[in-house]
This record gives sequence, structure tokens and C-alpha cells, in this order.
Amino acid sequence: MNVLEEGLGKMLQPPDINAFRELNRQKPKALIDKRMTEAEAVSKFVHDGDYIGTELYGTVRCPQSLVNEIVRQGKKDLSVAGQGVFELDMLLAAGLVKALDHTYIGLEVYGISNCLRREVESGRIEHCVEWSNAGIAWRFKAAAMGIPFIPTRSMLGTDTLKYSAAKVVEDPFTGDPIALLPALILDVGMIHVHRADKHGNAQIDGISGFAFELARASKRLLISAEEIVSTEEIRKHPDRTIIPYYLVDAVIHAPFGSHPGEMCYVYERDEPHIKSWVEASKTPETTQAYLEKYIYGPSDHQEYLNLVGKERLQELVDMVPEAEK
Amino acid sequence: MTEKNYNPNELLICTASRLMEDDTTAFIGTGIPMLAAALAQKRHAPNLISIFEFGGTGAVLEDLPLAVGERRTFHKALAASGITDIVEAAQRGFVDYGFLGGAQIDPYGNLNSTVIGDHDHPKVRLPGSGGGNDVGSHCWQTIAIMRHDKRRFIEKVDFITTPGYLTGPGAREKAGLPPGTGPYRVVTTLAVMGYHPESKRMMLLATQPGISVEKVIENTGFELLLADDIKENSPPSEEELSILREEVDKEKFYI
Repeated sequence: MNVLEEGLGKMLQPPDINAFRELNRQKPKALIDKRMTEAEAVSKFVHDGDYIGTELYGTVRCPQSLVNEIVRQGKKDLSVAGQGVFELDMLLAAGLVKALDHTYIGLEVYGISNCLRREVESGRIEHCVEWSNAGIAWRFKAAAMGIPFIPTRSMLGTDTLKYSAAKVVEDPFTGDPIALLPALILDVGMIHVHRADKHGNAQIDGISGFAFELARASKRLLISAEEIVSTEEIRKHPDRTIIPYYLVDAVIHAPFGSHPGEMCYVYERDEPHIKSWVEASKTPETTQAYLEKYIYGPSDHQEYLNLVGKERLQELVDMVPEAEK
Repeated sequence: MTEKNYNPNELLICTASRLMEDDTTAFIGTGIPMLAAALAQKRHAPNLISIFEFGGTGAVLEDLPLAVGERRTFHKALAASGITDIVEAAQRGFVDYGFLGGAQIDPYGNLNSTVIGDHDHPKVRLPGSGGGNDVGSHCWQTIAIMRHDKRRFIEKVDFITTPGYLTGPGAREKAGLPPGTGPYRVVTTLAVMGYHPESKRMMLLATQPGISVEKVIENTGFELLLADDIKENSPPSEEELSILREEVDKEKFYI
């Protein structure tokens, strides 16, 4: 194939699809109990220097309790697939990120991320490789398909492509330019779901974001769930199982695991809490004070929830419209 | 000038909303486009199909979403899927309009939302493409909503995050982008602009109420083409403002 253009960005995680197959072959296919705590899961499956990814994102169905535990345990020199809001801000605030495959890190309606600015503008983040949002999701899709790359018409003609690690080639069938995105195989993927059984069969309500793709693109997959249900319960609605158990390495029971983000039909976003973070993130000192209070201080997710308070959590549940419960 | 009974955000929302047509599909991002789409649904375009990046198709925008993935983006929706389904639909040609924003725009409608300054040593690191590049690549017609000043409307953007007409006529097709796609309108608090059919350079079509052509030119950092007949937009109507204030953004989150 005739290569027309090569992105200048570093290939942070070169995909080895044969090694991925071998690894998947070794994964247990027995229905074993994979339940553990956040602390056990992070300590066992996340290592310094790993390439990690989370789904969906910061204020929406986010594995926040797992991310908080990564910060608590100080897993460092991480490479991260950068589609995020609150959760990636925590990793950036704690100085744990070394490289980003970047598409969007910001605070949506509250504007740009102060932590991202500090970490990138200071040069502490060594590589910031650019992609479009669907570009990253398609890279997961390629990994999920077990193929080395996927063609797309996104990113063509732009600096987003120039500063990515994609290539533009001449389509061997038509001769037209087409972008090729390399498969992205994560060392560790983390997804928060509505319900899972102890084996890891997981179901999501509402939109599925990129859970389907990310789950299948992860060497090690940690699933946190609002609710742990019986396998019989899962078998009643198998059409809802977006993540089958064999993909999963750890199942963590994490009620309010997405706080201060929302979990559709279960609880709403904690807007004042998110705003307090936006304020705190403005200076390094207040940023560290926030981490002290909400992450380093509490020893686990339950203590974090105690700090937020039962009454507040109940208010967030009560805010869900009656018709959607 | 008489006292205006609306603020700049309300003007942007109403202007963008008027560009939204019934029975079309529109890719909606956070902020002003969400409000404009909600206003359009409640006023002239009840069957405007909102498309949200992370999976919401055809939501009824009764309450204002605060994020592109939150539950209001698929409230009473027709389908709740995921990002690859949504952007693949756009890549196949199903999405009519896409709404975009950015820190900088050039005469060809190329947008920057990645960095101010050099990419590897940026002066300001911005949030990045997100879905912007996908929207600008695949939607048939894109509409940029911008603040209008000389620092934002510049001859050359620091970084092309999202493709406009790139370097001019034919450049999108040459790069491999789908034929017949590209920037359609730019909506600002000063004006509405389109693009010259041949040169693909930005062209002033209409000024906002009470704004002179000179003022638009003064606030644009490149040579702006002028349409033969430049219109003046009518101010937001009482009807638009009352729907916006009493139904769309009751909490005054944006307005």
C-alpha cells in the first residue's frame, strides 16, 4: 500500500494482535468468582507504567471509585487513552500521567481543564498524541476485532492527523486517500456498569458509549458495578449483557461508583461537588487539598461515600425523575 | 442604540436555532447547540432529530443536558446506542448538520480547539478534538458557533483540529474527505457568515441587530468577503425569548 502521510505522534502502545490472542487464550473460561475490593483489584492488575483506559467518562457512568484507588495507591508513569473529564483530571492532578493518546480532556460546560494545562504546558506529560473521539473508539474497535488497524475518513487533511500516529494510505481498491488507525490494546480497561454477576457478566442501561469496544480491547478488564446480581438474573435478560464474563478479570461492587458523576436511572450528577472541584483545580495547592480530603484521606470507597454523606447521596437518587426509575 | 432586551448568549442561541430545520438530523455538542436545538424543537422543528456523540438519537429535549453523555441526551429518545454507531452513521452520510465550536477559525472555516502556540510546547493546552474532528469530517453541513473577535478570526489557525475547506476549493476531496461536505455557516454575536461557492472563503451574509458591516470587518482578523445583499437579522422575538427563558433554560445555566 502506498503511504501518503505519516503522523508524527509516538505510537504509545504498538498493537501485538498475536500476543493478544495468546493472552486471551490463557484467560480462564470457567465461571469463577472474581469479586474483590477496589484496593485488591488495583493492586493486583494495575502496575506502574501501564497503559490504561476508562469508560464512559468523568461525569457519566465513570469508574470513579477505581480511578480514586489508582490515585490512592499512586500508580505512576501511566499512559492513558484520553477521553475524560473528572476521572482523568484526578490522575493528572496527582501527577500520575506520563503520556496521552488524547482526544478530549476538559470539564464540558465548566471549560478547560486546569490540570491538563499544568501537566502539558510544564512538559511533565512527555507525549500528547492527538486523535478524534471516534478515532480512539475505532482503535478499540480494531483491537476488539482482533485486527491490526482500521480505516476511517475522520482526521484526514488536519493537524489532528499530523500529530497522531495514524497513517494515510492510498486505498488499494479505489486509489483514494484513507486514514488507517492502529488498534489500541489496553493493559488495563475500567468500566462502571449498572449490574454484574460475580463472574463479570455485565449489563449497562442507557447509552453504551464505547463500553462494547473498550471491554474487548483490554488485556485486563476491571468492572465496577452499582449492583451485584445473581447469574440467574443475568440469564433472564442475556440481550442486555454487553460484556460477557470471560473478558473480565475483577468485579468490584461499587454503589455510587460514578460519584460525583451520574448513573442514568439510578442517581444524578452532584453538581455542587463538581463545581467545587472546578474551583479547587485552579491552583496546585487547592488541587492537592481536594485530593487530600476526598482521595488520600478516606481509606476506601465506603469512607469516601461516608464523607459525601448518606443524605446527599439520597438526594442524588431522589433527583432522578420518577418516570425513569 | 436602544437598550437590548436580550443578552449575547440568547442572541447566539436564537440565531443558531433558526438554522435548524424540521425533519433533519443534527449532531449536537455541549452548550449553545443544545439550547438552540431545544428551542427549535419547542418552536418550529418538533421533529429535529438530535444526535449525541455517545449514543443518544432523537431525544426529546425537555430538560437541558449538561454533558454530551448524560441521561437527558437520550431522554424519551428513539435509540440509545454508542459512539461508533453514531459516528459511523455520520460517516455513511446520515447526518445533515453538525454544530461546532473552537478557539480559532480561519477564512476556510478550519477550527482549532487543540493548542494555542506550538503543539509540543503549547502556550495554552486546550481540550482537544473530542468529536469535533469527526463532526467536521462527516456531517454534510457544519455550523460553527463562535465568539467574534480578531484573536479568534485569524488568517491561519495555530492548529487545524477540525477540517473546514482546508486550503481552499477541492482540498477536502483531495485529502479524502467525503465530497459535498464542509462548513456551511458561522454564527457569532456580530454576524452570520457563509462561504463563497467558488473560493470557499468566508463571506458575510447578515449582521446581527444594530451591528454595522464595518464593526464585523473590524473584529475579523482576515479579509472577509461581502455578499451582494447583506441582510440584518431580526432580533430574538418575544416568543423565542420566552420559550428560552421559561422552558429551555429555566435554571439560567447558560443565559
